[in-house]
Amino acid sequence: MKREQPDVRTNRSMMLVTYLLVAVFVGMVGYFGYFLQAESGHVINNSYNARLDRFADRIVRGQILGSDGRMLAGTQTGEDGAEVRVYPYGSLFAHVVGYSDRGKTGLEALANFYLLSSHVNLVEKTINELSGVKNIGDNVITTLDVDLQQVAWDALGERNGAVVVMEPDTGKILAMVSRPSFDPNTLAADWDSLVSGDSTQARLLNRAAQGVYPPGSTFKLVTMLAYIREHPDTWPDMEFDCSGQFRHEDYTISCYHGNAHGHQTIRQAFANSCNGAFASLGLRLNLARMKELTDQLLFNAELPLAFAYSKSSYSMGADAGSWEILQTSIGQGSTQMTPMHNAMITAAIANGGVLMKPYLVDRVESAAGEVWEKFLPESSGSLMSAREAQELSGLMRQVVTEGTGSAVRTDAYEVAGKTGSAEFETGKETHAWFTGFAPVDHPEIVVTVVVEESGSGGQVAAPVARSIFDTYFSR
Amino acid sequence: MINVVIEISKYLIILLMLVYTYWNFSYFRFGEEERRRRVCRRQNAAMFLLHFIAYLILYLKTEDERIVLFYLAQVVFFAAYVGLSGIFYRNVSRLLVNNMCILLCVGFIILTRLSFVRAVRQFLIVAVSALVTWIIPFVMDRVWQLCRLPWLYGIVGLGLLAVVYGVGNNSFGAQLSVTVAGVAFQPSEFVKISFVFFVAAMYYRSTDFRTVMATTAVAAAHVLVLVCSRDLGSALLFFVTYVAMLFVATSNYLYLLAGMAGGCGAGMLAYALFSHVRVRVEAWINPWADIDNRGYQITQSLFAIGTGGWFGMGLYQGMPYRIPVVEKDFAFAAISEELGGVFALCVLLVCLGCFLQFVMLAGRMQAVFYKLVAFGLAVEYMVQVILTVGGVIKFIPSTGVTLPLVSYGGSSILSTFILFGVMQGLYILKENEEEYEERAAGC
Repeated sequence: MKREQPDVRTNRSMMLVTYLLVAVFVGMVGYFGYFLQAESGHVINNSYNARLDRFADRIVRGQILGSDGRMLAGTQTGEDGAEVRVYPYGSLFAHVVGYSDRGKTGLEALANFYLLSSHVNLVEKTINELSGVKNIGDNVITTLDVDLQQVAWDALGERNGAVVVMEPDTGKILAMVSRPSFDPNTLAADWDSLVSGDSTQARLLNRAAQGVYPPGSTFKLVTMLAYIREHPDTWPDMEFDCSGQFRHEDYTISCYHGNAHGHQTIRQAFANSCNGAFASLGLRLNLARMKELTDQLLFNAELPLAFAYSKSSYSMGADAGSWEILQTSIGQGSTQMTPMHNAMITAAIANGGVLMKPYLVDRVESAAGEVWEKFLPESSGSLMSAREAQELSGLMRQVVTEGTGSAVRTDAYEVAGKTGSAEFETGKETHAWFTGFAPVDHPEIVVTVVVEESGSGGQVAAPVARSIFDTYFSR
Repeated sequence: MINVVIEISKYLIILLMLVYTYWNFSYFRFGEEERRRRVCRRQNAAMFLLHFIAYLILYLKTEDERIVLFYLAQVVFFAAYVGLSGIFYRNVSRLLVNNMCILLCVGFIILTRLSFVRAVRQFLIVAVSALVTWIIPFVMDRVWQLCRLPWLYGIVGLGLLAVVYGVGNNSFGAQLSVTVAGVAFQPSEFVKISFVFFVAAMYYRSTDFRTVMATTAVAAAHVLVLVCSRDLGSALLFFVTYVAMLFVATSNYLYLLAGMAGGCGAGMLAYALFSHVRVRVEAWINPWADIDNRGYQITQSLFAIGTGGWFGMGLYQGMPYRIPVVEKDFAFAAISEELGGVFALCVLLVCLGCFLQFVMLAGRMQAVFYKLVAFGLAVEYMVQVILTVGGVIKFIPSTGVTLPLVSYGGSSILSTFILFGVMQGLYILKENEEEYEERAAGC
């Protein structure tokens, strides 16, 4: 057998198989290189990656700064080398900036990898290594506006609630307030009382992104959009007579405090937040299409957010009974949403239907101020058509000029918005909502406010938004 | 200060590995034997230096005197293995010997860092394997009847796999090993070799349709038993090897296409039928969704590789121990984390170098049986490297196979030594033959 003639085809076949295997191998090596070069940065910045904590042995955690460079979090090294994380604004930024001592939350978690990476120059790095001195970590410059945050905080006062302020055309989050809050500087000492406090307190919870509330009348934006979508040309023709109470079968839906709005066009009903009109409108909707719309608006879905949040929920299916339809159409019932999500829908309306991905980190700089990574606005897709956004925007403007949003009516700038007063427990005051944007023609900021158990949106939440708009447009 | 030493040594180790890898390929630029030997001697120098630096760090970090002794034992072993190979077998492939040594060396370094006890066990297994497989080229030079025993290879192989399926120990949901006299064996590691011999012997006899059918039936039986034992990695390995050998033996493109189509079909069927296949695929597509459980291993592996980056964390600076079964299936992640992505790439290129050498050897062989054996083992080796590394870096779903000569595991080491021994045997056979022909021509 040793002397058999080899078949030339055999070697050719062998080469083919070899090429195939080498091609797969090259693909694998390419993927490995791509992962190391391009993907690993995002992958390893994960709270499950215990390795990052080890970086802290060699690097002084960098600072978290406001958009104007004011320090929101920094590290102080004592003479004995002990490091303390300090938060100059105390409880003001507690949720959005987070803490890093008891696990990590907020930006401390989101930007952990950047804060523990050092891009000081090589010479300095080598000298530090040789002398056993830690390198200084990179600074994270956020999109947060310290003044707006402070105004929102003050406007909420001692009441529980949340405020989200963002730019609709970029997705930059300018302020994110949640009350009641806690002081991250004294977190360790306060920990036991923070975790054992009663549930209405829940001071560690970031209500802006994790608190779920019944949306109340702010949900009429969704009901309205569903109706516009089903009747794109004839929807403005709808009219309704409001007696303060709307009866259907054995059920009754009342307007806020039983106010009778009288004869209403759909535009007026929206501006005055007439529950009867929207309950009756809900009965005419195609529920399957309504479900599709809420899916498209990111109910029951993951939101494009890099930080911790709760999903909003909407559960009405095509087989819902009358009571459920009546309730759901006016934002009561089992629908729940976060202020952040409400702000995102509002931002999409303000931005011609396109949702920009909300973000908090603008750029990463080395300790010497050299920009190392810059984050740019990113689209997260379209939630509705430009025309639909335009129609809703007009309706929201009317809320301010003629309806429940009078608190933000001013000559200085033009606001469009929607108020809401969400019942959550019989016998208690409603949660007050306001969500809106300004200026109506060229929207620059979106403001969403929720004030727990405090009264009507127009009287309680809209004035909070007013102080934020005033501050923003007085600059 | 020690941090600086470790930092500098980290780059030195990478540099030495780069140089070694470069020589591994530049070797082929030289025709004359003398220059080739010089390249190999340089490779040895680079390897011993790399080995020394790595163990120096291991010692500095642990200050454990046993590491010094262990290091010296390894130096003696490597020196003896490299030296004696050349003396016993004049025509041995020095490059292949070197590549074995560098892969073993990398394995020892990372294992010592992970678990000293296991590293010592691994070393003992390597020493015994080296001794036992020493005889393989000698036997192959004298016993040419190896091609006459197809059914022996087939039946013994299938029998061994069936035994594992019947009475095997369960580990991570798969039946892989049997315990004989207190020692756990993984028969599939050895059946890998007998399987290639079986197929080669069958197609050496004939490549007519009947033989193809019979061989395919037995090969399919191998794969099925492995699938039933839930040893998916081995099943895939056997399957790809078989299709490649069938195609090369017949040069019939229909078989290649049918094999590929059958493979895809079987893959989809397995996905639909077996929940453990679905689990693996889902953990591959989105490990982040179930990071606490099914996605844990792969995400920890990605953390390790990603945190290590191109240049690594340095020995003892990372946390490779957080990856489950890191010393076996995920050794590559540990190497990448602590020794660096560049180093890990070099390891891969050395593996590629071995494969290409095997294929070149298969191309040079005249006898069909030897040609098929060489090629079958080459494909098996390469596919195994791709399966293990691809699984670790999330290029493909993880299948749980080892990185030959690097990963911890007795059966894997011994079977890889047999594989390299057979290759050396064929190489020596060929060199002797050519030498003889030259001499005959010279007369």
